[in-house]
Amino acid sequence: MSEIRGEIDDPFVVAEIENPIVEVDKLSLYYGDTQALYDVDLAIPEREVTAFIGPSGCGKSTLLRSLNRLNDLVESARIEGNVRVSGADIYAPDYDVIDLRRRVGMVFQKSNPFPKSIYENVAYGLRIAGENRSSVLDESVEKSLRAAALWDEVKDRLKDNALGLSGGQQQRLCIARTLAVEPEVVLMDEPCSALDPIATVRIEETISELKNDYTIVIVTHNLQQAARISDYTAFFYLGRLVEFNQTQQMFTQPHLKQTEDYVTGRFG
Amino acid sequence: MERKFDHQLGDLKQDLLKMGGEVEESIALAMQALLERDDALIEQVISGGRRIDDWEIRIEEACLTLMATQGPVASDLRLLTTMMKINDDLERINDQAVNIAQRAQVLNTMPLLKPLIDIPRMGDLARNMVKDALDAFVRRDVDLAKDVGKRDEQLDGLRDQIFRELITYMHGATGRPDMIDRAIYLILVSRHLERIGDNASNIAENVSYLVDGHIVRHQKEDWWEERGDQSDV
Repeated sequence: MSEIRGEIDDPFVVAEIENPIVEVDKLSLYYGDTQALYDVDLAIPEREVTAFIGPSGCGKSTLLRSLNRLNDLVESARIEGNVRVSGADIYAPDYDVIDLRRRVGMVFQKSNPFPKSIYENVAYGLRIAGENRSSVLDESVEKSLRAAALWDEVKDRLKDNALGLSGGQQQRLCIARTLAVEPEVVLMDEPCSALDPIATVRIEETISELKNDYTIVIVTHNLQQAARISDYTAFFYLGRLVEFNQTQQMFTQPHLKQTEDYVTGRFG
Repeated sequence: MERKFDHQLGDLKQDLLKMGGEVEESIALAMQALLERDDALIEQVISGGRRIDDWEIRIEEACLTLMATQGPVASDLRLLTTMMKINDDLERINDQAVNIAQRAQVLNTMPLLKPLIDIPRMGDLARNMVKDALDAFVRRDVDLAKDVGKRDEQLDGLRDQIFRELITYMHGATGRPDMIDRAIYLILVSRHLERIGDNASNIAENVSYLVDGHIVRHQKEDWWEERGDQSDV
């Protein structure tokens, strides 16, 4: 699995993935004149957890946002190369971005529930897709809240305002809201950075459960978190993918000194 | 960037190597006590053994503290786990040196069965294996580590030879129970030396993990030629 690609003077090590759901192909991204990503080649395995790590400004969040075209909202951003999800080029002119964002969901660093009831937060995605049958919505809300490990805590107060939940519960609510539209891939941008250790453990356990049904890609500054929850880890530095391999390999015997220095805290 | 953790690991390594030096010295003294029939050295080995036991516990505690507080990964993780394992092996080697001294204590009360030839060879071989295994650890020298592993076969061969020879002695010792006592104690010494070789080989195998992350235990035929049996007698 962890085959080394490239010549000896090529410093990049990228594992071959047999079951990719997302394929990033020579992706470069520019914000105006500034290049944020350089020729990133990466395949993300289906129903596994992949962690993106690297120092601030290394491009990991930019790449994550490219996977469901959130960078479209940045006027000066433009890309070269392409990204395929389940084989389809998501940057193709006729590609439906709304559908993409359903298939590739996003959970942000700061939880952002709507000022509505817990129930309506989770039902929101289906409602705007035109679903109004209460039996369908009820079932989806329960299923999503269970998958996000929140159901037992909120089942008796689904009509309460979501803003009354704790920070960790709000974040799990946002995960449930993302899951309600049945995405294939869930992107998470530092989902635990605003949470206390107990709430963090709950989210990490939720992520481990979710990978039975979903592909998870998580950006994290917490290296121990990447080591704990991910199956694969990608290390980025200065806009380049430096090393991508099984997490166990990355944290015991990384191929490259740069990765070694980062995971052991010698630079960063 | 020099981390505080680097200094802590460095200090731990120094302690481990000092302990290794003492363990080598213990083997030398125990063999000298046996070969020169010098009872004064026996007490020295036994009291040194207790000091090394304390040392082992201190090193293990320091390793566990660093594990808990630093969350080591990659080369830090490999170095720390390797040091914990070497610490274990050194303590066991030390126990074997104490065992040899205790056998010498009994043997020195009896006349010599025969001039000792293979046992001193085993002693030198075993002590050098320990020394070279530790050197291989310090220099991260996988070739030297492999060489230590190969030498374990010689040690096993000498032990087998001593077994055969002394069993023959015992067969011819009808009516001479004192000869049987002496032969059995010498067999035990050869057994202790052979175990020292096994522990030195373990240290050498850990060097492979330290350097390239490969665990070669139980598959050493791929790493060096197959070594002799490690079963307990």
